[in-house]
Amino acid sequence: MNPIYLEVFVVTLGIVMLMVEAFVASTDKRYLAYAGIVGLAVVLGASFFVNPGAISEHAPYAGFYTADNMAMLFKRFSLVATILVLVMSIDYAPIVERFIPGESKGAGLGEFFALPVLACAGLMWMVSAIDFIAIFVSLELVTISFYVLVAYLRRSHTTLEAGTKYLILGALSTGFIVYGITWIFGVTGQTNLAAIAATLPHLPAASHTALLFGFGLVFIALAFKIGAFPFQFWIPDVYQGAATPIAAFLSVGSKAAGFIVVLRVLQPFLGFAPLTGKIEWILLLTAGATLIYGNLSALPQRNLKRLLAYSSVGHAGYLLMALASLDVLFAQGAIEFYLVAYLMMTFLAFLVMAVVSTSVGGDDISHFAGLARRSPWLAGAMLIAMLSLAGIPFTAGFLGKLFIFAVAIQAGHWWLVGLGVVTVACGFYYYLLVVRAMYWQPAPENAPEISVSIAGRISMAALAVLIFVVGIYPQSVLGWLD
Amino acid sequence: MSLPSPLFFLTLLPLIAALFIMIGAPARLIARFASIGILAVTIDLVATYPFSAGGFQFISQMSVSDALGLSLSFGADGLSLAMLFLAAIVTVSAVWVIPPIKTRENLFYACVLLISAGVIGAFSSTDVLFFYAFHEVALIPTFLLIGIWGSGDRQAAAWKATIYLGLGSFVLLLGIIGLYLAMPPSQRTFDLQTMQALAADGSLKPAHWVYWTLLLGFGTLISLFPFHSWAPQAYASAPTPASMLHAGVLKKFGLYGILRLIVPIFPHSILATRIPLGFGWSISYLDLFLVMIVGNLLYIGLVTIAQKRLDWTLGYSSVMHMGYIFLGIAAFNQLSLSGAAVLMVAHGLSIAALFALSGALRERTGTLDYAELGGLAKPMPLFGLLFGFATMASVGLPGFANFPGELMVFFGSFGTSTDILKHGLSSIQIVTIIAVWGVVISAVYMLRAYRNVFFGTMPERWARLPDLAPIPRYAVILLILVLLGIGFHPQLLLSYVTPAILLP
Repeated sequence: MNPIYLEVFVVTLGIVMLMVEAFVASTDKRYLAYAGIVGLAVVLGASFFVNPGAISEHAPYAGFYTADNMAMLFKRFSLVATILVLVMSIDYAPIVERFIPGESKGAGLGEFFALPVLACAGLMWMVSAIDFIAIFVSLELVTISFYVLVAYLRRSHTTLEAGTKYLILGALSTGFIVYGITWIFGVTGQTNLAAIAATLPHLPAASHTALLFGFGLVFIALAFKIGAFPFQFWIPDVYQGAATPIAAFLSVGSKAAGFIVVLRVLQPFLGFAPLTGKIEWILLLTAGATLIYGNLSALPQRNLKRLLAYSSVGHAGYLLMALASLDVLFAQGAIEFYLVAYLMMTFLAFLVMAVVSTSVGGDDISHFAGLARRSPWLAGAMLIAMLSLAGIPFTAGFLGKLFIFAVAIQAGHWWLVGLGVVTVACGFYYYLLVVRAMYWQPAPENAPEISVSIAGRISMAALAVLIFVVGIYPQSVLGWLD
Repeated sequence: MSLPSPLFFLTLLPLIAALFIMIGAPARLIARFASIGILAVTIDLVATYPFSAGGFQFISQMSVSDALGLSLSFGADGLSLAMLFLAAIVTVSAVWVIPPIKTRENLFYACVLLISAGVIGAFSSTDVLFFYAFHEVALIPTFLLIGIWGSGDRQAAAWKATIYLGLGSFVLLLGIIGLYLAMPPSQRTFDLQTMQALAADGSLKPAHWVYWTLLLGFGTLISLFPFHSWAPQAYASAPTPASMLHAGVLKKFGLYGILRLIVPIFPHSILATRIPLGFGWSISYLDLFLVMIVGNLLYIGLVTIAQKRLDWTLGYSSVMHMGYIFLGIAAFNQLSLSGAAVLMVAHGLSIAALFALSGALRERTGTLDYAELGGLAKPMPLFGLLFGFATMASVGLPGFANFPGELMVFFGSFGTSTDILKHGLSSIQIVTIIAVWGVVISAVYMLRAYRNVFFGTMPERWARLPDLAPIPRYAVILLILVLLGIGFHPQLLLSYVTPAILLP
């Protein structure tokens, strides 16, 4: 089967979900979410039977679309992430209903379940895109879906603030990428990444500056998506304002796909000797600043969503550390491994947070006080997520950090490694803050019972187990990489 | 596939017990049974170790990633068995001395067993990454134990110890990565024996920064001066079994790591490398290390004398005693290395006994302040006697295991006469002389502690203190018996450890 059908199926699924929402009257919209989960799971299963070789050289999309190992891995990654978002959304539905003005019960829920599916199709195209046009179009599909999703809880002021911020900054970054692409196109006459790589050696030296400028603009736009310093300002506010499942989706899906695009865009430019040194410096400085900013700002946070937002900036820093060491053979593998680990631990944390904050009514760290005694299983899942994020051995997060640091040492980025050690110690502190709240502190009086849907329980258990499985047996993921 | 090594099951035993306890099985019962099981299996392994074959035995290997040369592999030689024996004995006595826990008993026992699982896993791993990983696993239960059930300023103590140790172990991890990357790309592996073999045939030549990250990483975990400040506070605040296991066993992980990774892999000549200080001055690696050791012995020794509470005295004393072991390692000859290994076991047992007793004392009196205690030998004669034994062991009185250990370290290090200075003594000989004075210092603070607590005038309110209950009594007696056994017949221990740390 041709891999391009995967995206076609996902888009169709999204449209069908929207149609059903519009034309079928039903009080309980949650079945739409279940239908979405099943549909995406089917696509996930189908992804193991596609034949990447089925893309013929003469197909109209051949220069735009690739289905190499990395693309396939991250298509599955996006599917899993979207499934988890839908699972989370089911537990989160009461809050959505509360913040959506509507006559009937469940008004607006249908779109809340359908839009992530469309964003998923965008993510899947993004990781396959090998042409600036394709990159731009898929990026916009993702971003526009997110414009709606972020601002979804329209009666909440913080959500509206988040939506506005995301819209303005997102539009700005779109402007940057288009402008950057035009410069690169102006210099090379190409939009296809491979074709650009082929053109570069023949460029006159006079146009190197223009090329670097174009690359810089594109990198700025992508830095917005992955949350790299100094383009990370929107992250904490948007995460805090957006509905929790959407924040998780942004934090994992959008970031991972962003990194894959950066990896692809970097290839031709890093391979071009006159620019290599300069681009490496850009990456090194960005990595260092992102590490410092993300981790230091996470230290004083007392709201878990903001904490996770800053920690996601911090994790982008570790990823950039490997990105700055791309000349090391294993660097790309380290990034992919880290992203997979990041998906598992971040989603586990967000799943628990969505459940707890729905029932307790807030997502400050203090709302988690005494969770270990009230719901030991939920606390245990959160503990595993936090330990993995902090990088304690036997979890996937530990090996992720190990690989990244091994790569950075091999590349000889000493000061970055030293900085990384300090930020890892910071991480110990702020992740253990959550552990402290759950295990040390007493629960508030008359705390409500916390209930979790079956799908939520299964996802949490599966993620918790997977974190350990990957942490003890990394070959399970490494085997999928190139 | 053949059956995994018994060491694998030994590691799994406390883990599974902890899991059952977390699910809700009766905590105390299961933990006690598990600890006895650990001791039984360990004694069986120690007894059946085939001396004639030597080297690592009970080996099993499960490949985790061929590409990385990573495998979950277990194996033990004489040194690991000695450390496992220490871990098992201390686990048993730590589990059995636990007083009734009022809140969240299950979590408490599970944490204690998890620490035990961490150290057992570390001592029986022959894969460097898993060796590291098992140790780090003990970090989180320690954090919870101190934070939830600790005494004094428990929150500060828990944070400080966890972040300090987390940072230290991350530095250590960089060192391990450095060792790994120093191997030729096609032969890279985390397997300890292969690493040592590659070092022996010259294809593993790690850079000097690797030496220092390993030394400082392990050093932080062992509380090498000046990276020690987490230790006394954590030990003073931690609940009894946590300080017993941490000071007694977990800390030995770092020393064990030095004996495994630094001593056999780095050439001895690295110690002679000189660091320029400017103005024509320079200091050799050895001398820098010795300066830190003197810090452990003299500075910390004097700080210990100044303590006004028993738990802090014990906490600092355990930092100070690391100085002797470091000295044995720095001297780098067969006698002193063997002595260091004996001291590792001896110190683990004696500090565990002391913490067990001081915990029991705190439970009775609610304070460990010298000013409020005194004359307690009258209401609690047996308590006083056992504490006396543990004190004497810690001071290094002949007859206890600490004595042969210290003696071997001193003889060995004084016999190291490389790099003689102008006045006829080498720097290490000078430090040995200082270290002998350290014995006097430790006698001063330990005897002072003993006098302040058990002799002198007794405040009236302590007249009715109950003596040790039978179970904690036997738990402490077990530790002291082993100390005496090794003290009278050190060859018993030496026959295990010496072949494992034979210098070329």
